[in-house]
Amino acid sequence: MNSAGERLYNGIVKENPTLVLMLGMCPTLAVTTSAINGLGMGLTTMVVLAMSNAIISLLRNIIPDKVRIPAFIVIIASFVTVVQMVLQAYLPTLNDALGLYIPLIVVNCIILGRAEAYASKNPVIPSFFDGVGMGLGFSVSLTCIGAIREILGAGEVFGVHIMPASYVPFSIFVMAPGAFFVLAVLTALQNKVKINGEKKGRDMSKIQSGCSSDCMNCADSGCSHRFYGESKEGEVK
Amino acid sequence: MSDLLKVSSNPHIRSKATTGSIMGAVVVGLLPATFFGVYNFGLHALILVLVTVASAVLTEYIYELLMKKPITVGDLSATVTGLLLALNLPPEAPLWIGVVGSVFAILVVKMLFGGLGQNFMNPALGARCFLLISFASIMTNFDCDAYTGATPLAALKAGESVNVMNMITGRIGGTIGETSMIAIVFGACILIMLDVIDLRIPGTYIVSFVIFIVLFSGRGFDSAYISAQLAGGGLMLGAFFMATDYVTRPITKRGQYVYGIFLGILTGIFRLFGPGAEGVSYAIIIGNLLVPLIEKITLPKAFGKGGERA
Repeated sequence: MNSAGERLYNGIVKENPTLVLMLGMCPTLAVTTSAINGLGMGLTTMVVLAMSNAIISLLRNIIPDKVRIPAFIVIIASFVTVVQMVLQAYLPTLNDALGLYIPLIVVNCIILGRAEAYASKNPVIPSFFDGVGMGLGFSVSLTCIGAIREILGAGEVFGVHIMPASYVPFSIFVMAPGAFFVLAVLTALQNKVKINGEKKGRDMSKIQSGCSSDCMNCADSGCSHRFYGESKEGEVK
Repeated sequence: MSDLLKVSSNPHIRSKATTGSIMGAVVVGLLPATFFGVYNFGLHALILVLVTVASAVLTEYIYELLMKKPITVGDLSATVTGLLLALNLPPEAPLWIGVVGSVFAILVVKMLFGGLGQNFMNPALGARCFLLISFASIMTNFDCDAYTGATPLAALKAGESVNVMNMITGRIGGTIGETSMIAIVFGACILIMLDVIDLRIPGTYIVSFVIFIVLFSGRGFDSAYISAQLAGGGLMLGAFFMATDYVTRPITKRGQYVYGIFLGILTGIFRLFGPGAEGVSYAIIIGNLLVPLIEKITLPKAFGKGGERA
């Protein structure tokens, strides 16, 4: 259950942080004005997520339970600082486009959520790949949202003009409301695929969605058990 | 005993009015403004209106067909949405603008939220704002064969003088259906006589707007300025035909007064202090969003509830 491949699949498809877990909505809605911004944000988050998951997993037996959240944040913030300096040095345009949202990765609930729910309870290698998987899932969703918004709102994808010249772009899609439209439609499609799968008799019980989305403060203990059932099994083993 | 006492569950009072008859009446009420718009702006406006209405009805039909829901295009509500949207388009707008707007109005604003009666926002206005944000240059270009230059409201905002008489009859530039105050009020009178709408919302809307203008425009009681503000832009169309939309207005009487006053103040703020010359559609949309709250605070107490505690 805790193999690297399973963790990657889990992060990208089964528990896709954006479209299934509904985590990290703030960067999702704010920076996906173009495909390249979405990809940049996703990969930046992935690096931070993988590294912080690994370090938190290494330190999981040393960090006292009562101060674990501040400890996690210190680790995450260190990596965010490193990543931001790297971006400023080598990718200044991306850094400008993402702006405030890079420092805000510190409080990204995907990272804190994975640290709390997975890395603090599991060995290093699965935790690292859990971070990579979740980060890739985040990148894929953000790139998709960004690409759709860019195509509809500017007629381009990754800066390359692909729509016919007569196409008049819907500029609303590169503005804030467009993010909500695209995210809603993608989430609906994801749900549709899941429901169709259930109808065909495939076991979809491991694919969770449609809860109140806030796993950290979820009042439904049964729900959180379903969500992190796998993690707990891993712990027992 | 059983012969004398008949017990049945409510509703006990029934009306002959159906959704179809009410919507049909609204279409009739909108016809004067539509005819004047076509007369004013020419053939392209007529084609634009027809295309917009047809695509609104078609969108609803196709959606219900695909989703295997009962076909409700017969209740004419999609026709009203399409017609209202068309009257809010500039006369020279390309036809695809009408199609895109209709699809957005019916599919996104109305059907995705559950169809007629479930939409939280006036579909026609939602689509107009969608188009306005997406295609600002097309949606604010009111130049056509008959009229060029700024609309009277924009001229007014720039401090120029306008011909109020032309604004009341409607011989001005603007969207297809909003220019003629006379045609709109005539259509509204038909609706009021048929008891489809009443003056509660339009009355409070217009009166509070006038009071706001008098207080804050810095011109005092300047009757020419006030009548230009009333006749210009979409205020009349909005007040009589869009703020009174059954689905998106408050159902409580007191709530309707609150709603009308709120719309009047908001429109005044947008027109006087906003960057654009017009603000009726945004005002009504924001009002729509507040309707659940307005209804909550104005809900009448049931008999026997509330009052002084003994």
